[in-house]
Amino acid sequence: MRIALAGNPNSGKTTLFNSLTGSNQYVGNWPGVTVEQKTGHLRKNKHLKIIDLPGIYSLSPYTTEEEIARSFLLDEKPDAIINIVDGTNLERNLYLTTQLLDLNIPLVLAVNMSDVIEKTGDKIDLEKLSTELSVPVVLISALKGSGLEKLTELTMEVAQTKKQTESEQTFLKFNQDVENVLDHIAKIAFEDTKPDFQRWYQVKLFERDQEMRDHLALDTNKVEAIDEIITLYEDLVDEDSESIITSERYRIINNLVKKSYEKSRKVKLSTSDKIDRIVTNRILALPIFVVVMFFVYFLSISTIGTWTTDFVNENIFDEGWFLFGKGRSAYTEKVEEYEVSETIAEAFETEIEQAGIKSEDATNLKVEVNLYDEEGNLEEVVNADYQAYQEASAAVEPEPGEFGPWIPSIPDLIDQGLTKLNVSTWLHELVVDGIVAGVGAVLGFLPQMFVLFLCLALLEGCGYMARIAFIMDRIFRKFGLSGKSFIPLMIGTGCSVPGIMAARTIENERDRRMTVITTTFIPCSAKLPVIALIAGAFFGGKWWIGAASYFIGIIAVIISGIILKKTKMFAGDVAPFVIELPSYHFPRMRDILRSSKNRTWEFVKRAGSIVLLSTIVIWFLGAYGFENGFGRVDDVNNSILAVIGSGIGWIFTPLGFGGWRPTVATISGLIAKENVVGTFGVLYNFEGIAENGWQIWQNMRLDFTALAAASFLLFNLICAPCFAAIGAIRREMASAKWTSFAIIYQIGLAYSMSLIFYQLGMLIQGKPDIVGAVVAGILLIGFIYLLFRPGYDKRLLKKSKSAYSKI
Amino acid sequence: MAISDNKNLRTLRDIPVGQTAIVKRIHGSGQLKRHIMDMGITKGSEVLVRKLAPLGDPIEITIRGYQLSLRKSECEIIEVE
Repeated sequence: MRIALAGNPNSGKTTLFNSLTGSNQYVGNWPGVTVEQKTGHLRKNKHLKIIDLPGIYSLSPYTTEEEIARSFLLDEKPDAIINIVDGTNLERNLYLTTQLLDLNIPLVLAVNMSDVIEKTGDKIDLEKLSTELSVPVVLISALKGSGLEKLTELTMEVAQTKKQTESEQTFLKFNQDVENVLDHIAKIAFEDTKPDFQRWYQVKLFERDQEMRDHLALDTNKVEAIDEIITLYEDLVDEDSESIITSERYRIINNLVKKSYEKSRKVKLSTSDKIDRIVTNRILALPIFVVVMFFVYFLSISTIGTWTTDFVNENIFDEGWFLFGKGRSAYTEKVEEYEVSETIAEAFETEIEQAGIKSEDATNLKVEVNLYDEEGNLEEVVNADYQAYQEASAAVEPEPGEFGPWIPSIPDLIDQGLTKLNVSTWLHELVVDGIVAGVGAVLGFLPQMFVLFLCLALLEGCGYMARIAFIMDRIFRKFGLSGKSFIPLMIGTGCSVPGIMAARTIENERDRRMTVITTTFIPCSAKLPVIALIAGAFFGGKWWIGAASYFIGIIAVIISGIILKKTKMFAGDVAPFVIELPSYHFPRMRDILRSSKNRTWEFVKRAGSIVLLSTIVIWFLGAYGFENGFGRVDDVNNSILAVIGSGIGWIFTPLGFGGWRPTVATISGLIAKENVVGTFGVLYNFEGIAENGWQIWQNMRLDFTALAAASFLLFNLICAPCFAAIGAIRREMASAKWTSFAIIYQIGLAYSMSLIFYQLGMLIQGKPDIVGAVVAGILLIGFIYLLFRPGYDKRLLKKSKSAYSKI
Repeated sequence: MAISDNKNLRTLRDIPVGQTAIVKRIHGSGQLKRHIMDMGITKGSEVLVRKLAPLGDPIEITIRGYQLSLRKSECEIIEVE
């Protein structure tokens, strides 16, 4: 038996669904759209399948959610509907009920929030409500779990009895005039047949619902005849048919509520009102907003999220770790000592080599060894003699197992396992360097993402998310974004992957897509090493390079918003901002955890494969190549990746960095942006490079001019994000077409911005490349045109007007 | 749109914060009009303008006992008395 769960957003539907199904639920997407679809089986009766419809206010044909609900109810004909309504807001909640009743599907009305109603002292006459609507009514508290047994009992009952007596109609009657018109319509449309959902179709035909007309496939004569009647009636009452029906529904509800709902005399300001007075207060709202955002960022990016993610990345998937941290400090100390010894030994050996003597004969040699810290600052100068050298070269690398309970990393374990199994080298490497690294790349994001989703679910659950949209709408709608786009962009400064996933909270599809495309322009933390490399090597480490990077990110978001808003793809009516500001309340922890878990798992399922696959491909390209025939190469410079880099490097010549090294570095940045620095290190034959890459600054200055370096940075900031973020984009777009559009757009924007920047820079420096400068000029004019041209709708209007004037 | 023909029309946009108005008519057509009416702003209903957003737009109103937010531009199709 299949039961549909329907109700308004914020009516407690999710809580009810979770209570009814427990963990027997499955989350997916409705076919073809990114709207979440949840189905589950009743805890106590596994034969009962519950389908959670999207939260909707109406069954009108205007939003994706409404359309999903409509077509599900009409096409799948569930055996019964549980309609949950918020008892503290009966009027608006019953509006959907009046529409559901038209379908003549057995329905049980669950009046939620009995606990809140009790507290306020209001009274609902359930019997009255039940007789007036002629459906069973139950008072429940989804939060406390009361009334749920009675609800399931009644649902089973109506679903079974209704099957036997299908003739009975339960819809509410409009005023007599409207009913007469509806009868006329039925006569024309159905003649003497009695189709399923007759009442529903009657009303929809009256409302001139195009989709339903198509559904019925009425011939044109009938449509015209019906239209005539409607127009006649519309002229009579001076209202359009949709408005007539809506007003009638609310009139009926008004009478109903008057009869059955008794408001308590105590007129008190509710707690929610008191909170709202402060939270959206004209003066306090913005500071409070900043504080809330700070906490979200702090929890998911600065602290818990990053700690856990780093733990997964650095310990579980890289080096291994000490249980409870026991012995770590002693180990780290020894490791540092060992590294110093290593440096001394190396320096001494280099000196010996240069002197051209045997190491046994170097007893009188004295060497000055410079010790640097992680950022490349000189820390100490040590004078090493032969004895010091011998001591240093005798130093043994410390074994972590000797310092405490050591847990090796997963790659190490698999490495050992494969060695024992004696598998062939290529398979061994594929598993450890390709697959395990790829899996690590996916799993590494999970803790952080879970923490973020927890914060978001809390914000949504308590009612603050709607206020964020309320507060920020004014700024963001100018760029075609939603007020809720603030969160993805903010989270994006930490990591684009959770940032993109945070776009989930934006209901409007167009706003959501726009947000997903632009979120990755904001420099994420993995881009910081790249910024540090360029700033350090070419701009004396000046702080403003970092600031400028963020500024460029914001500019890219704004111009993209304006340009894309005016394209045909994003054209159409501006999404209305008529949104409910729900009462504040404490969300149930169980629901919050469940939603966070589901959303995190979704990322693994939808984005995981793309991340894994691309990591393996890039690993392969970097590890294999031609070195005495095709095979595993020791030197990256001989890899397929290097070949590709040299092959396509010319593409970047107009941007100032046409060599193969920056090309290869950019490609490897697709795995993770911080890889750009490491790859440069490898390409300049420097192993174990520091985070800001100070060891290769000299080499880079030979290959790049400062302008070219800045152009390289600009390109890498804006161009396609890492594979994990691309996977997240794929997940949120739920369409290959939109994903490729996003990536191509990002690369195109990065390319044009860098080209304009570099060529104009050359022009200002007085060494213009004529062709380049002309192309840059054309691109710049193109940008300005795209920014200031009228929107798509206005262009259409103009076209039709000019066509009209020709006639 | 009918609204631009008559500048003297009083719309929800003209109602100051803290005051109540009765809805007379919803102008326009399509999604916006339908959505506004679906949310309960129908002829004869009472609207209280509660507050402005910190940046001046949108506004918050009380309709049928709950809180709703809408942009000022959207208020312009709601004629009140």
